[in-house]
Amino acid sequence: MTATLPPETGAAGASAEPPLAASRPALAQDWRRLVRMGAVGAVAQVFIALSNMPVRLDERVIVKPVLSLGYLTLLIVPFAAGHRVGHQIKREGMPQHAAGAHEVAGGAACGAVAGGGLSLLAVLLANFDLREPLVNWSPMLAELLAFGNATRFAVVIWLLIGAAVGALGGGLRLLGPRTRRAVVTMALAVGGAAVLEPLVVDLAEGMRLEALTDRLYARRGGINWTSALGLAAGSGILAVLGRGRIQQARAHIAELEGAQRTRTNGLLILATAAVLIVLPLFAGKLTNELLANVGLFVLLALGLNVVVGLAGILDLGYVAFFAVGSYSAAVLTAATSPRINPELPWLVALIVVVIITGLVGLFIGAPVIRMRGDYLAIVTLGFGEIIRLIFLSDWLSGWFGGSQGITKIPGAGIFGLTSVAGTDPRRVFYLVLAFCAIAIYVSWRLERSRLGRAWMAVREDETVAEAMGINTVNVKLLAFVVGAILGSFSGAIFANKVGSVFPSSFLILVSMVILVVVIFGGMGSIIGVIAGAALLIGVLGGPKQPGLLQEFSEFKLLIYGALLVWMMLARPEGLIPSARRTRELHQEEFLQDAWLRGEVDTDDGNGAEPEATERS
Amino acid sequence: MSSGEPLLEIRDLDVAFGGLKAVNGLNIQVYEGEIVSVIGPNGAGKTTLFNAISAMVPVTAGDILFEGSSLLGLDPNQVTSRGIARTFQNVRLFTNMTILENVMVAQHCRTKRGAWGALFYTRAFRSEEAEIRAWGEKVLGFFGSRLVGFRLNQPASVLSYANRRRLEIARAMATRPKLLLLDEPVAGMNPVESAELTRLIGRLRDEWGFAIVFIEHDMSVVRDVSDRVIVLNHGELLTEGLYADVSMDPRVIEAYLGQDTIIEDAITS
Repeated sequence: MTATLPPETGAAGASAEPPLAASRPALAQDWRRLVRMGAVGAVAQVFIALSNMPVRLDERVIVKPVLSLGYLTLLIVPFAAGHRVGHQIKREGMPQHAAGAHEVAGGAACGAVAGGGLSLLAVLLANFDLREPLVNWSPMLAELLAFGNATRFAVVIWLLIGAAVGALGGGLRLLGPRTRRAVVTMALAVGGAAVLEPLVVDLAEGMRLEALTDRLYARRGGINWTSALGLAAGSGILAVLGRGRIQQARAHIAELEGAQRTRTNGLLILATAAVLIVLPLFAGKLTNELLANVGLFVLLALGLNVVVGLAGILDLGYVAFFAVGSYSAAVLTAATSPRINPELPWLVALIVVVIITGLVGLFIGAPVIRMRGDYLAIVTLGFGEIIRLIFLSDWLSGWFGGSQGITKIPGAGIFGLTSVAGTDPRRVFYLVLAFCAIAIYVSWRLERSRLGRAWMAVREDETVAEAMGINTVNVKLLAFVVGAILGSFSGAIFANKVGSVFPSSFLILVSMVILVVVIFGGMGSIIGVIAGAALLIGVLGGPKQPGLLQEFSEFKLLIYGALLVWMMLARPEGLIPSARRTRELHQEEFLQDAWLRGEVDTDDGNGAEPEATERS
Repeated sequence: MSSGEPLLEIRDLDVAFGGLKAVNGLNIQVYEGEIVSVIGPNGAGKTTLFNAISAMVPVTAGDILFEGSSLLGLDPNQVTSRGIARTFQNVRLFTNMTILENVMVAQHCRTKRGAWGALFYTRAFRSEEAEIRAWGEKVLGFFGSRLVGFRLNQPASVLSYANRRRLEIARAMATRPKLLLLDEPVAGMNPVESAELTRLIGRLRDEWGFAIVFIEHDMSVVRDVSDRVIVLNHGELLTEGLYADVSMDPRVIEAYLGQDTIIEDAITS
């Protein structure tokens, strides 16, 4: 099928009306780019198909009866390839080729190549017995790929679908910024409504608005196609009318200074807090459970953020502190704890937990902190496992119950007023929310203090920081301990929420997931870390906790990995980066901006001597 | 100038890297209010001497006394809190921190409010922050208007080369030292800038009361500002004394050039 390509791409090149002669060479190379992009798309699509994602996710309907999540995972590939192939890097002073019909043609060609991968797969599956090497191949997959028809149909249809979807992707470039914004908003609205379905249904029930969701969603999941159209139209109109007012407002807030800025920030924080406090009242168990899980990971991520984001210590064994927090809370509060069972009230136990975890942080940190870079990361990885194995060991099973863990942990009592247990996720969420607020406050205050500056300096250049009078060992150790304590909050709540702790809850995977949340959200950025946890844990799910897209749980790690790779390539500073981190990673662009503002510092004219300063 | 107890005294200092003796049996005294320059050909052990004083390389033998007590066995940060601050040959700023933050963070060892003060935003914390900031701005103000004003909150990476060197000196000053170690402060600067910096080094002593030891290859700077010149060669003290004497010393000329030329003509022309 690649043989059919050159003519098509030729057409793409010819149909382009080069607005500037200079853009010719760029177009001459287009077909290579097309094939390369298409081939990448084809490989991705075949990989997705063979990972069995489409079959598993087919159950989750997005727009009934047109689109399921399973097909979406396949269709997104040619769309992305078709869109991406028209991408050109903007360079100051370099001519750009204008968008035209060639965008659509190029997108179609690229999409067809991408779709060709599945066609090829269909041919192979029809002619050879590939069950042995391809463990995930199933008749269901073949049926799905062929839309229930004969395999021959699949061969043709995926070329066509690829071309069509690729053309749409390329065509997106033809739209003006305003139309494009409307289209993106529409897609986001429909996609978001579909993804958030359990949440929206749950909330609607709480607010007695079932009538609305009954109309919006089909009975067995997915948006009704009529409602989808309505939703798309509505959001499109809103986007056109809004004309980027949100962005304007954001830019406006960013420009505020001094007291005004403080007031606006205060109002925003208050508003967010109000929503977070009121929302759970209307939400059912499912939503509150989800919110509580997200909150636990926000707490963990905020703790790790102090260690990794602020002090720059790459800790791959952060789960150790989560485990120590959980186990010490369990031992201190549960009547069934094997050796000692003081059955302390939860809040009293928490104080002891914080002290214990802080000490463990010191104990682990002291040898680790003297190392740097890779060595440090590997040693922390080791300590993370050691802690888990200690809890698992027969040697200490008299204390921690070995693989049996500790069960029947009572809920967390707060001043004897209420008891917070996993049976009432709403109370758990409020408890988590309170501790998240503490964690946010702690990170925010510490970052803007003498200690925070020292962490920054250590992160930038440890040797120089040491030479400038910073006791780097102490400062790093303190970061480790603060991180450990924040993690122990999460652990203590987790133990009392779930009601039991097992060593298997503290696999190394937890460390990795928390790290991915921090990196994905934006290292060193509090809002970024929260957003990262909400998106990853809330939508995809945590190591053992289901997210909104429960169907993804099997492919969670695959998607985490893919997201991380994409993030490192496209936006290494994270989703909502801290200003400082952006500066670190985009120093050249920052310098360019400074130059454009006329703030660039040259040595010219600097020879003038400053006047003598009076010394008091 | 040299009278009473020396501020810094180096006794029979040896620094060896494996079999290589980078510094060998060195004896040096620096007195309060003195400006001493250290010169010598490449590999003479000048920077190693600085690194040994600031505890960044281990001392093999001998002793380093500062205000009468030994610096051996201290960590670099403890040396700095004793009152010795340094700059680096290849400028090493915290480039992603702002200019103000660079001088604020350098006051770490002179301040003490910890996590509690920051968390509870105590009065002591706030007044200390204000002091840190004020001292930082004062130090930056020494270099005229270049590092203050709108620059204060810009990252150090926007600065030009010469201003980075100035900021590095400001950062060292911010640690409130008694002795400043400057490693090639004018390297890479043009003649106008280096002449200005030479005057600034003099003012650092006169107005701020620092004793200064600096390594320099630019002989015009050495001539204009140093009270005393120390010449190192192969890790050993070749000679020391006034610039006029040292520069005419045939051993110095030979060490530098390996031949019979007046260094001043050869190097500064």
